Amino acid sequence: MRLIKKLRDWFDERLDLATPIRETMEHPVPRQTASWAYVFGSAALTVFVLQLVTGILLALVYVPSAGEAWNSLQVLNHQVTLGWFIRALHGWGSNFMIAIVLIHMVQVFLFGAYKFPRELTWIVGVLLLLLTLGMAFTGQVLRFDQDAYWGLGIGASISSRVPVLGPSIVNLLLGGPMIAGATLSRFFALHVFVIPGSLIAFVGLHLLLVLKLGINEWPMPGRVVRRATYLSEYHELTRKDGVPFVPGAVAKDLFFSGFILLSIAACALYFGPFGPSGQPDPTIIQTAPRPDYFFLWLYAVLSLLPPSMETPALLIGPVIALVVLVSLPFFSGEGEKSWRRRPIAVLTILLVAVALGTFTHLAGYAPWSPVMDAWSGEPIPAQYLKGRTALERQGALVFQEKQCHNCHALSGVGGKRGPELDRVAVQLTSDQLIRQVIQGGGNMPAYGNNLNPAETTALVAFLGTLYPAGQTPARDASRATGVQP
Amino acid sequence: MTQPDELSRRGMLMKLGLLFNAAVGTILAVPIMRYVLSPMIRERNAGQDPWVALGLLDKFPPGQTRFATYRHPSANPSDGETANIPCWVRHVDGEKFQVFAINCAHLGCPVRWFPQSGLFMCPCHGGVYYQDGSRASGPPERGLFEYRYKVEQGKLLIQAGEMPTTGVPTASLTNISVKRPPCA
Repeated sequence: MRLIKKLRDWFDERLDLATPIRETMEHPVPRQTASWAYVFGSAALTVFVLQLVTGILLALVYVPSAGEAWNSLQVLNHQVTLGWFIRALHGWGSNFMIAIVLIHMVQVFLFGAYKFPRELTWIVGVLLLLLTLGMAFTGQVLRFDQDAYWGLGIGASISSRVPVLGPSIVNLLLGGPMIAGATLSRFFALHVFVIPGSLIAFVGLHLLLVLKLGINEWPMPGRVVRRATYLSEYHELTRKDGVPFVPGAVAKDLFFSGFILLSIAACALYFGPFGPSGQPDPTIIQTAPRPDYFFLWLYAVLSLLPPSMETPALLIGPVIALVVLVSLPFFSGEGEKSWRRRPIAVLTILLVAVALGTFTHLAGYAPWSPVMDAWSGEPIPAQYLKGRTALERQGALVFQEKQCHNCHALSGVGGKRGPELDRVAVQLTSDQLIRQVIQGGGNMPAYGNNLNPAETTALVAFLGTLYPAGQTPARDASRATGVQP
Repeated sequence: MTQPDELSRRGMLMKLGLLFNAAVGTILAVPIMRYVLSPMIRERNAGQDPWVALGLLDKFPPGQTRFATYRHPSANPSDGETANIPCWVRHVDGEKFQVFAINCAHLGCPVRWFPQSGLFMCPCHGGVYYQDGSRASGPPERGLFEYRYKVEQGKLLIQAGEMPTTGVPTASLTNISVKRPPCA
């Protein structure tokens, strides 16, 4: 014990840091901030440290070469002792990191913590969010598998749409004319040096600002922020009703951080590492690339936007979002902090959450993508074949053979790209069916060049039988009035 | 020597020092920036991309569309299998071909050919193209990208350049904008 004190004194004689460290730890914070609502920032920091440590551990084995990266992940997964677990920790850590950063941001927004004088803290926080997302995207690339390869293709295609500079940006992004070794190497440099370095610097700045300006007090409805009086009010609050950060407020942070680490470890243990999926060989095209979880919403947006709006939305949307986030503390730097008095803020959060949730959910089953093997893998339901004429059954064959099933579901099975056809005979007369099949339209390709008259006749005969019991198929009223021959 | 004099002299020296470092920094920045931006500065000459062979003509029967791959001409050994680039070859008839890039004109995913329905379909966002590469439906705003090709000594050659993307109407790839009559 005496030895420890001696050692401590020896260091402090030279460093002279004991007093400032103690003062920092014991700085007074408003009593009510010792709350479970205030634990997300420290949790994000904890997960960041976990990511640094596991990232360095992975770098001991990972080979950042286009020809070797995928194999080195297999080695990590299957040969290195507990390599799979470190990969799983890093992968789940990344998901938890994004989730916690987003929750932290929502809490800060709803508690009005971005208002005067903490504008810069918020702006640095926005930057940290961007860097975190940058880590997620570049990390997905380092898992150099099929999804990474085609994800890079999507990134390049999006960048190429920038006016004038697009082609140059694509080459800069890929490090050459195509996705290859140079691409992986530069994403490795970004993921391992550039972005983590910036993250460490800006996390430091973020923390420094929190210490200098003090943690945001618990917002009370009616307690309004004014530039002229806020600072003295805050100091009055911490003086009268403050507790030292250590040990007064830190306990919940510690418990929550430990709980999060435990959750990450549990997920890693139970679910295991992410991928890698198939090897990054572009000649294997039997693949349906999907982005990682936190970019799924973007995948859905890119499918659902009308084509003409896509490029403007992709290029202008992020700029607008960024401008809104960065300028938020400037057009709303004063006034009410409490979410109880800020209905628009609450509605904004709800709207964004519902939108992101819906898009993510949709991307989970991607109704806009044809089901590539439905034509050969999903038979036509038996009830649509029973008691049908030979011609109608021939039509069912045409339906399968021409891959109609890839986009059209029958009894809920098959593609969702086009409408379900279980009731199509109620909606379209046979003439309308012929026209739709031959000419296409409404986002359906025209099959005129690909069906001979016999096939068309059979197909339409089959489609004409698709109506529910108790309903009658659509008929052309004008024909009924015509003179019967 | 008076106090303010000395101060200004030191100030002057410091400014000179800063200036010196700024000059050295600028000189160093030129090669550094050229290194960083080298993938962008690379020559992008129309029709200068190298020709690569896709194989003998009898690999591509007339009237059919077949899968083909080539090794990218600028590949390094460390690129591994990523430098094996796929494409679709449609042999129209005689010496008339169409060689399509694998990348969907929407966001670059690999399109698949379905000979039964005569369509290319994309697994990502549902882009569909007819057999001649023109757009059939879905989010793409144009047809598939096409390579320039030539037939020499019984072999089919294409001009291989960069990965085609919407914003890069690259030299070796041409735009397909076949306007189909509504009843075609």
